[in-house]
Amino acid sequence: MELTTLLFKTIFLFIILLVTLVVAMYSTYAERKVAAFMQDRNGPNRAGPFGLLQPLADGLKMFMKEEIIPLTANKYLFILGPSIAMTTALLTGVVIPWGDTLTIGDHVYSLQMADLNIGILYVFAMVSIGVYGIMIGGWASNNKYALLGAIRAASQMISYELAMGMSIIALVLTTGSLSLHDIVAQQHGMHWNIFYQPLGFFIFLTCAFAETNRAPFDLPECETELIGGYHTEYSSMKLGFYLFAEYVNMFISSAVIATLYFGGYNMPFIDQLGLSSNAVTFIGMGFFFIKIFAFIFLFMWIRWTLPRFRYDQLMNMGWKGLIPLAIFNILATGAYYFFTSLK
Amino acid sequence: MPQDYIPVLIQILIALGFVVTTMLATHFLGPKRFSRAKLENFECGIEGMGNARSPFSVKYFLIAILFVLFDVEVIFMYPWAVNFKELGKAGFLDMFLFMILVLAGFIYIILKGAFKWDRR
Repeated sequence: MELTTLLFKTIFLFIILLVTLVVAMYSTYAERKVAAFMQDRNGPNRAGPFGLLQPLADGLKMFMKEEIIPLTANKYLFILGPSIAMTTALLTGVVIPWGDTLTIGDHVYSLQMADLNIGILYVFAMVSIGVYGIMIGGWASNNKYALLGAIRAASQMISYELAMGMSIIALVLTTGSLSLHDIVAQQHGMHWNIFYQPLGFFIFLTCAFAETNRAPFDLPECETELIGGYHTEYSSMKLGFYLFAEYVNMFISSAVIATLYFGGYNMPFIDQLGLSSNAVTFIGMGFFFIKIFAFIFLFMWIRWTLPRFRYDQLMNMGWKGLIPLAIFNILATGAYYFFTSLK
Repeated sequence: MPQDYIPVLIQILIALGFVVTTMLATHFLGPKRFSRAKLENFECGIEGMGNARSPFSVKYFLIAILFVLFDVEVIFMYPWAVNFKELGKAGFLDMFLFMILVLAGFIYIILKGAFKWDRR
């Protein structure tokens, strides 16, 4: 790889990291504002105009709090848990195509930092490692509530990962590639995968909710029975990492959903406008972020609308509902190509 | 190609740097006033009873084993899905047979009651 390309990628990685953190920070603000709007309240409105400085105040508070490690806890694993959760949450963004190509001088740079030919599998790998963060943290606390939360989280996430993987297989049948770059490029204009894989999209969306531990699937931390779930014993920035990782995961999941099913940075009628390639890239990037924010809003909307599942209902839905549905989706997609275009 | 993974390595370094710096910063910034009662495990405000390192329901273990079994089968489907159009009709029929077998195993574990959570 050339030196200039490497330099550009490193700078872009830092920018994306910053954007991820800022979006995650303001998601906490948006979450509280959305909740307030739905419950006819004001929400945060004291720190700064419209309470806009609230996330900064929260972050600063997390920094300045005393960190408590219980006497009976396993000290190193107790610190390792939230660190894994946060690190893996930040790693997924590297394969997402944030935009098309940018031309500076006579160089053409891709706005996807790593175009891995196994992009989707990389995302899955990172999501799977994220389970370890919760599992290790919950076990190391040596607290019964934390242990229950961690076990629930682990078995919920692995159950829904199966259905998620199967819904992706049906998508790969239509795209023929695991590279996120190819998948986005194929959806140019209005050929979004949602029109070809509507059932797969709904399975994937449901599983994304379960993987990010968001309501109605927030059983690992369900505060009415488990106090705080796996992070009951955590305080200071270690607690902050767990909460923050959830919002980062929500942002990344929204980006993955938008990339796989809603055309990523593609927008309709962009070719007809006759703009320069750089302008098209920037407009596409803006449109991509609008899609991401729409999905983040959907995450919040559902959280404040639906009640939580009971544990056996959750497991029944995952194993007896979504997995057979996903297998049916693969067979139906395969059968469609079998009778139309397959040789 | 191996050089595709260079940005991933850089990102791992950046993420680790961020996490380690933040952890160290909070360690030095926060106050440290420990007391015996504060460092106890939280148990609804009463004194802790026993240890959390105790056996729990075997159902969770069963779920983990079933996950490993089925995840391996899902992994088999990925290479087929990528080469779906080249493998053609014969490939689809082979995979159809494979999925019927997977489904048979799946129905077997459901009939055996692997997901009956309220059975004593």
